[in-house]
Amino acid sequence: MMQEPRLIEVRKNVLKQNDHIARALREQFRNAGVFVVSLVSSPGSGKTAFLEKILTILREHYRVAALVGDLATENDALRLARSHAPVRQITTGTLCHLEAAMVQRSLDEWDLNQLDFLFIENVGNLVCPSSYDLGENLRLVLLSVTEGEDKPLKYPTIFNSADVAIFTKTDLAEAVEFDASAALANIQAVRPGMDVFSISAKTGAGMPQFLEFLAARLAEMREAVAF
Amino acid sequence: MHELSIAMSIVDLAQQEAEQRGVRINAVHLKLGALSGIVKESLIASYEMASFDTPLKQSRLVIEEVPVVIFCLVCKVECELSTIQMFCCSQCGAPSSEIVRGRELEVTALEVQS
Ligand SMILES: [Zn+2]
Repeated sequence: MMQEPRLIEVRKNVLKQNDHIARALREQFRNAGVFVVSLVSSPGSGKTAFLEKILTILREHYRVAALVGDLATENDALRLARSHAPVRQITTGTLCHLEAAMVQRSLDEWDLNQLDFLFIENVGNLVCPSSYDLGENLRLVLLSVTEGEDKPLKYPTIFNSADVAIFTKTDLAEAVEFDASAALANIQAVRPGMDVFSISAKTGAGMPQFLEFLAARLAEMREAVAF
Repeated sequence: MHELSIAMSIVDLAQQEAEQRGVRINAVHLKLGALSGIVKESLIASYEMASFDTPLKQSRLVIEEVPVVIFCLVCKVECELSTIQMFCCSQCGAPSSEIVRGRELEVTALEVQS
Protein backbone atom coordinates (compact mmCIF):
# COMPACT_ATOMS: atom_id res chain seq x y z
CA MET A 1 0.00 0.00 0.00
CA MET A 2 1.20 3.48 -0.89
CA GLN A 3 1.90 5.65 2.13
CA GLU A 4 0.88 9.27 2.45
CA PRO A 5 3.57 11.71 1.37
CA ARG A 6 5.30 13.40 4.28
CA LEU A 7 7.62 16.33 4.66
CA ILE A 8 11.09 15.90 6.12
CA GLU A 9 13.20 18.85 7.09
CA VAL A 10 16.64 19.07 5.46
CA ARG A 11 18.10 22.61 5.61
CA LYS A 12 21.08 22.32 3.29
CA ASN A 13 22.79 25.22 1.54
CA VAL A 14 22.98 24.35 -2.16
CA LEU A 15 26.34 26.09 -2.52
CA LYS A 16 27.80 24.60 0.65
CA GLN A 17 30.57 22.82 -1.24
CA ASN A 18 31.69 26.04 -2.91
CA ASP A 19 31.40 27.98 0.35
CA HIS A 20 33.42 25.33 2.13
CA ILE A 21 36.27 25.51 -0.39
CA ALA A 22 36.10 29.32 -0.38
CA ARG A 23 36.51 29.34 3.41
CA ALA A 24 39.54 27.07 3.14
CA LEU A 25 41.03 29.33 0.46
CA ARG A 26 40.49 32.44 2.57
CA GLU A 27 42.29 30.76 5.45
CA GLN A 28 45.13 29.72 3.14
CA PHE A 29 45.46 33.28 1.76
CA ARG A 30 45.45 34.70 5.25
CA ASN A 31 48.17 32.36 6.46
CA ALA A 32 50.31 33.17 3.44
CA GLY A 33 49.78 36.90 3.96
CA VAL A 34 48.57 37.45 0.41
CA PHE A 35 45.76 39.92 -0.26
CA VAL A 36 43.37 38.56 -2.88
CA VAL A 37 41.32 40.82 -5.11
CA SER A 38 38.72 39.54 -7.56
CA LEU A 39 37.25 41.47 -10.46
CA VAL A 40 33.80 41.17 -11.97
CA SER A 41 32.33 43.16 -14.82
CA SER A 42 30.43 42.83 -18.05
CA PRO A 43 32.40 41.98 -21.18
CA GLY A 44 34.04 45.05 -22.69
CA SER A 45 34.23 47.04 -19.47
CA GLY A 46 37.99 47.44 -19.80
CA LYS A 47 38.74 44.90 -17.07
CA THR A 48 41.80 43.42 -18.73
CA ALA A 49 43.31 46.83 -19.54
CA PHE A 50 42.68 47.89 -15.94
CA LEU A 51 44.31 44.76 -14.56
CA GLU A 52 47.28 44.99 -16.92
CA LYS A 53 47.91 48.53 -15.71
CA ILE A 54 47.56 47.57 -12.04
CA LEU A 55 49.92 44.61 -12.37
CA THR A 56 52.49 46.72 -14.22
CA ILE A 57 52.51 49.46 -11.58
CA LEU A 58 52.25 47.24 -8.48
CA ARG A 59 55.07 45.03 -9.72
CA GLU A 60 57.54 47.80 -8.98
CA HIS A 61 56.91 47.54 -5.24
CA TYR A 62 55.06 44.31 -4.63
CA ARG A 63 55.05 40.67 -5.60
CA VAL A 64 51.92 40.23 -7.69
CA ALA A 65 50.25 37.51 -9.72
CA ALA A 66 46.97 36.96 -11.50
CA LEU A 67 44.50 34.21 -12.29
CA VAL A 68 42.30 34.85 -15.27
CA GLY A 69 39.00 33.13 -15.93
CA ASP A 70 38.44 32.95 -19.65
CA LEU A 71 35.79 31.39 -21.81
CA ALA A 72 37.35 28.95 -24.28
CA THR A 73 37.18 31.58 -26.98
CA GLU A 74 39.11 34.32 -25.19
CA ASN A 75 42.63 34.79 -24.06
CA ASP A 76 43.05 37.66 -21.67
CA ALA A 77 45.90 35.84 -19.97
CA LEU A 78 48.15 36.31 -22.97
CA ARG A 79 47.50 40.01 -22.89
CA LEU A 80 48.13 40.24 -19.16
CA ALA A 81 51.45 38.47 -19.59
CA ARG A 82 52.70 41.75 -21.05
CA SER A 83 52.74 43.10 -17.50
CA HIS A 84 55.52 40.52 -16.79
CA ALA A 85 53.68 39.39 -13.67
CA PRO A 86 53.02 35.66 -13.33
CA VAL A 87 49.65 35.00 -14.92
CA ARG A 88 47.66 31.80 -15.10
CA GLN A 89 44.61 31.15 -17.17
CA ILE A 90 41.58 29.23 -15.96
CA THR A 91 39.63 28.12 -19.01
CA THR A 92 36.03 27.82 -17.96
CA GLY A 93 34.81 26.29 -21.23
CA THR A 94 31.21 27.39 -21.52
CA LEU A 95 30.84 28.06 -17.81
CA CYS A 96 29.95 31.69 -17.22
CA HIS A 97 31.66 32.16 -13.86
CA LEU A 98 34.54 30.97 -11.69
CA GLU A 99 33.98 28.66 -8.74
CA ALA A 100 36.15 28.25 -5.67
CA ALA A 101 37.28 24.76 -6.72
CA MET A 102 38.67 26.14 -9.99
CA VAL A 103 40.68 28.72 -8.10
CA GLN A 104 41.94 26.06 -5.72
CA ARG A 105 43.04 23.77 -8.56
CA SER A 106 44.83 26.52 -10.41
CA LEU A 107 46.83 27.50 -7.32
CA ASP A 108 48.60 24.15 -7.34
CA GLU A 109 52.35 24.50 -6.97
CA TRP A 110 52.11 28.25 -6.64
CA ASP A 111 53.90 29.45 -3.53
CA LEU A 112 51.47 31.93 -2.04
CA ASN A 113 54.02 32.92 0.59
CA GLN A 114 55.97 34.57 -2.21
CA LEU A 115 53.09 36.92 -3.05
CA ASP A 116 51.71 40.20 -1.74
CA PHE A 117 48.74 40.52 -4.09
CA LEU A 118 46.84 37.95 -6.09
CA PHE A 119 44.25 39.15 -8.59
CA ILE A 120 41.47 36.92 -9.87
CA GLU A 121 39.74 38.10 -13.02
CA ASN A 122 36.32 36.52 -13.28
CA VAL A 123 34.58 35.77 -16.57
CA GLY A 124 32.94 38.86 -18.09
CA ASN A 125 29.42 38.51 -16.71
CA LEU A 126 27.42 40.61 -14.25
CA VAL A 127 25.01 37.87 -13.21
CA CYS A 128 26.48 34.46 -12.52
CA PRO A 129 29.63 35.31 -10.50
CA SER A 130 27.50 36.89 -7.79
CA SER A 131 26.55 33.53 -6.24
CA TYR A 132 30.08 32.18 -5.85
CA ASP A 133 32.47 33.09 -3.07
CA LEU A 134 36.05 32.62 -4.27
CA GLY A 135 37.70 33.22 -0.92
CA GLU A 136 38.85 36.66 -2.01
CA ASN A 137 39.50 39.51 0.45
CA LEU A 138 38.05 42.14 -1.81
CA ARG A 139 35.67 41.96 -4.74
CA LEU A 140 35.70 44.75 -7.29
CA VAL A 141 32.85 45.40 -9.67
CA LEU A 142 33.92 47.39 -12.72
CA LEU A 143 31.63 49.67 -14.64
CA SER A 144 32.92 51.51 -17.68
CA VAL A 145 31.59 55.00 -18.28
CA THR A 146 30.44 53.82 -21.71
CA GLU A 147 27.99 51.37 -20.14
CA GLY A 148 25.63 53.97 -18.74
CA GLU A 149 24.70 55.17 -15.28
CA ASP A 150 21.84 52.71 -14.69
CA LYS A 151 23.94 49.55 -14.72
CA PRO A 152 23.84 49.22 -10.88
CA LEU A 153 20.03 49.25 -10.96
CA LYS A 154 20.00 46.56 -13.64
CA TYR A 155 22.42 44.32 -11.74
CA PRO A 156 21.84 45.05 -8.03
CA THR A 157 22.84 41.55 -6.98
CA ILE A 158 26.39 41.71 -8.30
CA PHE A 159 26.87 45.20 -6.86
CA ASN A 160 25.65 43.83 -3.57
CA SER A 161 28.09 40.93 -3.65
CA ALA A 162 31.01 43.29 -4.31
CA ASP A 163 32.97 45.47 -1.88
CA VAL A 164 34.21 48.24 -4.13
CA ALA A 165 32.97 49.71 -7.42
CA ILE A 166 35.28 51.16 -10.05
CA PHE A 167 34.35 53.45 -12.92
CA THR A 168 36.71 52.57 -15.76
CA LYS A 169 37.58 54.33 -19.02
CA THR A 170 37.03 57.69 -17.35
CA ASP A 171 39.04 59.34 -20.13
CA LEU A 172 35.92 58.77 -22.26
CA ALA A 173 33.49 60.20 -19.69
CA GLU A 174 33.10 63.54 -21.33
CA ALA A 175 32.67 62.14 -24.83
CA VAL A 176 29.85 59.82 -23.75
CA GLU A 177 28.38 62.41 -21.35
CA PHE A 178 28.72 60.09 -18.37
CA ASP A 179 26.78 61.43 -15.41
CA ALA A 180 29.02 60.40 -12.51
CA SER A 181 26.72 61.72 -9.77
CA ALA A 182 23.76 59.76 -11.17
CA ALA A 183 25.88 56.60 -11.34
CA LEU A 184 27.10 57.18 -7.77
CA ALA A 185 23.53 57.65 -6.55
CA ASN A 186 22.52 54.38 -8.21
CA ILE A 187 25.39 52.54 -6.56
CA GLN A 188 24.49 53.97 -3.16
CA ALA A 189 20.87 52.89 -3.71
CA VAL A 190 21.76 49.24 -4.25
CA ARG A 191 24.78 49.15 -1.93
CA PRO A 192 24.82 51.94 0.65
CA GLY A 193 28.30 52.90 1.79
CA MET A 194 30.14 51.25 -1.09
CA ASP A 195 33.57 52.69 -1.89
CA VAL A 196 33.88 53.95 -5.46
CA PHE A 197 36.99 54.82 -7.45
CA SER A 198 37.21 56.49 -10.88
CA ILE A 199 40.08 55.26 -13.01
CA SER A 200 41.44 55.56 -16.50
CA ALA A 201 43.84 52.76 -17.40
CA LYS A 202 44.81 54.81 -20.43
CA THR A 203 45.86 58.05 -18.72
CA GLY A 204 46.47 56.59 -15.27
CA ALA A 205 44.08 59.11 -13.69
CA GLY A 206 42.71 57.90 -10.35
CA MET A 207 45.15 55.00 -10.19
CA PRO A 208 47.32 56.31 -7.30
CA GLN A 209 44.31 56.69 -4.99
CA PHE A 210 43.21 53.16 -5.69
CA LEU A 211 46.68 51.67 -5.26
CA GLU A 212 47.02 53.49 -1.95
CA PHE A 213 43.73 51.94 -0.88
CA LEU A 214 44.99 48.46 -1.82
CA ALA A 215 48.28 48.97 0.01
CA ALA A 216 46.38 50.04 3.13
CA ARG A 217 44.16 46.98 2.96
CA LEU A 218 47.18 44.68 2.61
CA ALA A 219 48.85 46.28 5.62
CA GLU A 220 45.62 46.05 7.60
CA MET A 221 45.25 42.35 6.85
CA ARG A 222 48.83 41.55 7.79
CA GLU A 223 48.52 43.49 11.02
CA ALA A 224 45.39 41.53 11.91
CA VAL A 225 47.21 38.26 11.24
CA ALA A 226 50.20 39.33 13.34
CA PHE A 227 48.08 39.98 16.43
CA MET B 1 23.06 31.24 -17.00
CA HIS B 2 24.31 29.22 -14.08
CA GLU B 3 20.89 27.90 -13.10
CA LEU B 4 21.56 24.51 -14.69
CA SER B 5 24.60 23.82 -12.54
CA ILE B 6 22.66 25.00 -9.49
CA ALA B 7 19.77 22.71 -10.43
CA MET B 8 22.16 19.78 -10.76
CA SER B 9 23.52 20.49 -7.28
CA ILE B 10 19.98 20.53 -5.92
CA VAL B 11 19.18 17.19 -7.56
CA ASP B 12 22.42 15.64 -6.24
CA LEU B 13 21.83 16.94 -2.75
CA ALA B 14 18.21 15.74 -2.65
CA GLN B 15 19.12 12.36 -4.10
CA GLN B 16 21.79 11.80 -1.43
CA GLU B 17 19.31 12.61 1.30
CA ALA B 18 16.72 10.29 -0.27
CA GLU B 19 19.17 7.39 -0.52
CA GLN B 20 20.26 7.78 3.10
CA ARG B 21 16.68 7.60 4.23
CA GLY B 22 15.46 5.05 1.70
CA VAL B 23 12.63 7.22 0.46
CA ARG B 24 11.30 8.44 -2.88
CA ILE B 25 11.08 12.18 -3.48
CA ASN B 26 7.90 13.84 -4.70
CA ALA B 27 9.06 17.38 -4.25
CA VAL B 28 12.06 19.44 -3.17
CA HIS B 29 11.37 22.59 -1.18
CA LEU B 30 13.80 25.44 -1.73
CA LYS B 31 14.25 28.87 -0.18
CA LEU B 32 15.41 31.36 -2.79
CA GLY B 33 16.58 34.78 -1.66
CA ALA B 34 16.10 37.84 -3.84
CA LEU B 35 19.89 38.36 -3.66
CA SER B 36 20.82 34.77 -4.47
CA GLY B 37 21.55 35.70 -8.06
CA ILE B 38 19.24 32.95 -9.30
CA VAL B 39 16.25 33.48 -11.58
CA LYS B 40 13.29 31.44 -10.37
CA GLU B 41 11.72 30.59 -13.75
CA SER B 42 15.06 29.61 -15.17
CA LEU B 43 15.81 27.41 -12.16
CA ILE B 44 12.49 25.57 -12.47
CA ALA B 45 13.13 24.88 -16.16
CA SER B 46 16.68 23.78 -15.36
CA TYR B 47 15.44 21.49 -12.59
CA GLU B 48 13.35 19.57 -15.09
CA MET B 49 16.42 19.04 -17.26
CA ALA B 50 18.69 18.19 -14.36
CA SER B 51 16.32 15.63 -12.85
CA PHE B 52 15.32 14.02 -16.14
CA ASP B 53 17.64 11.00 -16.08
CA THR B 54 17.52 10.52 -12.32
CA PRO B 55 15.19 8.96 -9.74
CA LEU B 56 13.92 12.52 -9.17
CA LYS B 57 12.31 12.60 -12.59
CA GLN B 58 8.67 13.70 -12.16
CA SER B 59 9.48 15.38 -8.84
CA ARG B 60 8.63 19.04 -8.37
CA LEU B 61 10.75 21.94 -7.22
CA VAL B 62 8.73 24.07 -4.82
CA ILE B 63 10.30 27.50 -4.43
CA GLU B 64 9.68 29.86 -1.56
CA GLU B 65 10.94 33.31 -2.53
CA VAL B 66 12.58 35.22 0.30
CA PRO B 67 12.56 39.02 0.07
CA VAL B 68 15.54 41.02 1.29
CA VAL B 69 15.30 42.14 4.89
CA ILE B 70 17.67 44.84 6.13
CA PHE B 71 18.31 46.09 9.63
CA CYS B 72 17.84 49.84 10.04
CA LEU B 73 20.52 51.22 12.35
CA VAL B 74 18.43 54.32 13.02
CA CYS B 75 15.08 52.73 13.89
CA LYS B 76 16.72 49.53 15.22
CA VAL B 77 14.17 47.43 13.37
CA GLU B 78 14.22 44.89 10.58
CA CYS B 79 12.65 46.07 7.40
CA GLU B 80 11.59 44.19 4.29
CA LEU B 81 12.61 45.74 0.97
CA SER B 82 9.99 46.11 -1.73
CA THR B 83 12.74 46.31 -4.36
CA ILE B 84 16.41 45.34 -4.38
CA GLN B 85 17.12 48.55 -6.27
CA MET B 86 16.73 50.61 -3.10
CA PHE B 87 18.36 49.58 0.19
CA CYS B 88 16.50 51.99 2.43
CA CYS B 89 14.45 51.70 5.59
CA SER B 90 10.74 51.86 4.75
CA GLN B 91 10.06 53.89 7.89
CA CYS B 92 12.77 56.53 8.07
CA GLY B 93 14.38 56.26 4.64
CA ALA B 94 17.89 55.73 6.01
CA PRO B 95 20.11 53.63 3.76
CA SER B 96 21.40 50.35 5.17
CA SER B 97 23.63 47.54 3.93
CA GLU B 98 22.95 45.37 6.98
CA ILE B 99 21.38 42.39 5.27
CA VAL B 100 19.43 40.08 7.56
CA ARG B 101 17.85 37.81 4.94
CA GLY B 102 17.72 37.51 1.19
CA ARG B 103 20.80 35.56 0.13
CA GLU B 104 19.24 32.12 0.74
CA LEU B 105 19.76 29.27 -1.66
CA GLU B 106 18.77 26.43 0.59
CA VAL B 107 16.98 23.10 0.33
CA THR B 108 14.68 23.26 3.34
CA ALA B 109 12.60 20.11 3.07
CA LEU B 110 11.76 17.06 1.00
CA GLU B 111 8.30 15.76 0.30
CA VAL B 112 8.82 12.00 0.32
CA GLN B 113 7.12 8.66 0.11
CA SER B 114 8.51 5.55 1.81
ZN1 LIG C 1 14.74 53.39 9.80
